Amino acid sequence: MTAHAVEAHESESERERDREFAAVIGLEVHVQLETSTKVFCGCSTDSATEPNTNVCPTCLGLPGALPTLNEAAVEAALKLGKAIDADVPDRTRFHRKNYYYPDLPKNFQITQYDAPICADGALEVSVEGDSREIAITRAHLEEDPGSLAHARGGRRTSIDAAEYTLVDYNRAGVPLMEIVTEPDFRRPTEVRGFLSKLESVLEYLGIFDADRDGSLRVDANISMVPESEESDEGSIPSDVLETANRTEVKNISSHKGAEKALAYEVTRQRNALQRGREIEQETRHWDESRGVTVSMRTKEAEADYRYFAEADLPPLEVGDWAEEVEIPELPEARRERFEREHGLGREAASKLTSTKAVADFYENLTTEFDSDLAATWVADELLGELNYRDLTTEDVEGRLDEFRRLISLVADGEITEKNATTVLREMLDEGDDPDSIIEANGMGKADDDEVSAAVEATIEANPEAVADYENGEEGAINFLVGQVMQATGGSADPGSVNVMLRERLNG
Amino acid sequence: MASEHTEAATGEAGASDETDRTSGGSGSAEDEYNAFLTREGIERSADGPLSNMRVAVKDNISTEGIETTCGSAMLADYVPPYDATVVTRLKGAGATIVGKTNMDEFGMGGTTETSAFGPTENPRAPGRVAGGSSGGSAAAVAAGLADAALGSDTGGSIRNPAAFCGVVGLKPTYGLVSRYGLVAYANSLEQIGPIAPTVEEAGEVLDVIAGPDDRDATTCPPADHGSETDSGDDTADSENAGGEQPDGSYADAATGDVEGTTIGVLADLVDGADEAVVDAFERSIDALEDQGATIEAVSLESIDHALAAYYVIAMGEASSNLARFDGVRYGPSPAEDDGESERGGDWNEAYARVREAGFGEEVKRRVLLGTYALSAGYHDKYYAKAQDARTWVKRDFEAAFEDVDVLASPTMPVIPPKVGERIDDPLRLYLMDANTVPVNLANLPAVSVPAVETPGSRHDDDSEGHDNDGRENQNLPVGVQFIGRAFDEAGILRVASALD
Repeated sequence: MTAHAVEAHESESERERDREFAAVIGLEVHVQLETSTKVFCGCSTDSATEPNTNVCPTCLGLPGALPTLNEAAVEAALKLGKAIDADVPDRTRFHRKNYYYPDLPKNFQITQYDAPICADGALEVSVEGDSREIAITRAHLEEDPGSLAHARGGRRTSIDAAEYTLVDYNRAGVPLMEIVTEPDFRRPTEVRGFLSKLESVLEYLGIFDADRDGSLRVDANISMVPESEESDEGSIPSDVLETANRTEVKNISSHKGAEKALAYEVTRQRNALQRGREIEQETRHWDESRGVTVSMRTKEAEADYRYFAEADLPPLEVGDWAEEVEIPELPEARRERFEREHGLGREAASKLTSTKAVADFYENLTTEFDSDLAATWVADELLGELNYRDLTTEDVEGRLDEFRRLISLVADGEITEKNATTVLREMLDEGDDPDSIIEANGMGKADDDEVSAAVEATIEANPEAVADYENGEEGAINFLVGQVMQATGGSADPGSVNVMLRERLNG
Repeated sequence: MASEHTEAATGEAGASDETDRTSGGSGSAEDEYNAFLTREGIERSADGPLSNMRVAVKDNISTEGIETTCGSAMLADYVPPYDATVVTRLKGAGATIVGKTNMDEFGMGGTTETSAFGPTENPRAPGRVAGGSSGGSAAAVAAGLADAALGSDTGGSIRNPAAFCGVVGLKPTYGLVSRYGLVAYANSLEQIGPIAPTVEEAGEVLDVIAGPDDRDATTCPPADHGSETDSGDDTADSENAGGEQPDGSYADAATGDVEGTTIGVLADLVDGADEAVVDAFERSIDALEDQGATIEAVSLESIDHALAAYYVIAMGEASSNLARFDGVRYGPSPAEDDGESERGGDWNEAYARVREAGFGEEVKRRVLLGTYALSAGYHDKYYAKAQDARTWVKRDFEAAFEDVDVLASPTMPVIPPKVGERIDDPLRLYLMDANTVPVNLANLPAVSVPAVETPGSRHDDDSEGHDNDGRENQNLPVGVQFIGRAFDEAGILRVASALD
């Protein structure tokens, strides 16, 4: 995951139109909780296995099999509750959500309804320099359905073109948290910022794996309301919200995707409204590859899930448990500590705490190196180069020792900062380790004799510039330094070359 | 006191005697009553307290590698890959499982006539139903084809056929016996329990199958049993709690000692019963009084609402529990009947076709009514109201147990109907459950034992063949039901054993 640097995508003309309609966006986010076993049985949650191998009578929904609750999933949910400052009831319980779908082994999903494990939480999100609090209505625990693979002639295809559909129950029963926000978002950038922050918090809690396929799934509700209805604090009266037609956008699977899908949807709806057309109350599907939302067939009436209490799982006392559960330092607190302990600016500290992996790496470096140097090399150089290549620290997780080596070469003065940047780029592009790159390109810092020789040779070869300097033209020294640098292949330190030249010419 | 029964029922010769007595000497191994759906032995995995006991298992209890059909065409070919916890426990205790017994489809019925595989006939009342839904289990025991059987009881499905077939049937407290592997009909109501010729043998089987199970979160550790019994004074509780038995044995509770026990007779449930039933019931109560029990009349205000509440809750849960039978993994394949037209079809339409073909009328009726009762707009009117009534029934029972040790009623308000007599009138069938369903709503234990001087009763050993007073119903089985406090199985077994 990258630092949640959020770009401002909106042009002036878009801002102009914003004054007429405001977007009101709420989210339902499904995140897979990282536990070793499934939520209602002892099967592994490992996703990298053959289809239908991590299964048992319970997660297959075989007749007679019963669910038993995985305490690790409850603990993970309670950690999230604490992190978002949610209310945890004394007693939580499970309900059945009844609907027919081929990925659902029992044709009902065990979920929570009237007593979710977390309610009334909030997450602070910082977007374009503004901090905003997004209210979280509820977060509840449920089981993931299986996954479907639509196929034709032995090849995967879309649902519309499929000849048949295969079901994989490995995913069935993986613990999910459904996190429902209030309609507190006004811009797609805020949604991206929120999801990015949420992922970060979940990772800090050690209950989430962003790399896992399908670990984050987002449904977004969006309505357009006249901007005049928005109060100064950005709130919209509930009666206005209720009368506005709401569109649900499904199939969003990343924070970048969420921003794109919602930006598309805001534009589409605004254009329609400006042409005097009504927005249909409907469900739309985000087509990531085409970058558009498409209307889903919605002839069926509003789903009636016939919720009722799941008698196979007794109500669970979680009040005391929630009190006792301990959570690690979260991004916000760690950022503040980094600012305090390492004297970092807010921006650098934010970048360095954006993911737990980055923060851990940085903090580890500070035990050995100057914390400013480490901050520059991690926040600016490493994260900048990774971001440029659309990579995250997780993509280079196995190479942190190599980056550490590079920074130690800089810290010990074995390589110039300029060359170190070149080495870093080559490391990322070619996959080589820093020592062999330096060796191959002769980028080690030149020794003093070598530099002295280059200084002599440069003076010899540039009598005009020497004369200019001697006549008081300060600029000439810069030209000479450049020549020495060129002659040493950049391996000399420009500052000391400057000093050597002056000493030699003045002397 | 039940020792002669134990010997008679467990030995081969005894089993033949039993069959001869009830069926006029036909072959002992023949299943002439259609009690079994599968007769396939499952060997015991160890020696134990049930060594030499032949146990029949209701066909909604999962048996690894052996068909478990639930009496439904939908599951005609379903072979579970795992054993129910109770089956594992039986095998581990030395029991030999002799087969899977017939039942009303998914447990939905009281006569075993809704089975997709034909009704079970009553060994002790020729031409009449064996009761249900565990009709095959009760008939197998009554006919001596098994020494004991497992049934399941959602609204009376153990006690009803036990009463109709003249055997003992016990529905345990919700949470005493693991339901892992029991194909759910209404999971908040049902329990697996034993059916046996005597109270003591029922206790022996219960000793083996009872107890907490990690795979069923609703089973309670023994330590919790006391807290469930929150009525009555502490002394009475500890005296009657199941865990109080010296060696924890339910079989040992069958002492026949009712001296000083207060039995509350549920007057409302006696009033509605057939005359023949009332006669046999009252003779039984008199016998208990003669043996030193104190009899009191008890009225529960909520009991009139129990039947309606039961059916709403059971049907609601059934609509969800049976949703998985959609043709994807069970039942007739949706493509079988109209092949190519399936392609490009709607999943829901394919499901509907499979369910139309795979479920019988009664199952469809209950699934539809249950779906309706849970639907938006009706949920509060039916399901929520039924839950309120359930709470009321529980409270009424708790209050009653402040004054009495056990409650008694006729198990069934009627004598066993003739095969085919009632099947077309669902409402009359539902009314038959009036005495048994309140117990399930309240999660309590209850046992049905043959009334004195009725077939199957110890006092009726030679009544067969003496049916000469011209009254048709004279010698038909009648069951007496004893209801206990939560987890006081020992208490009701003790009282019941005074009758057998």
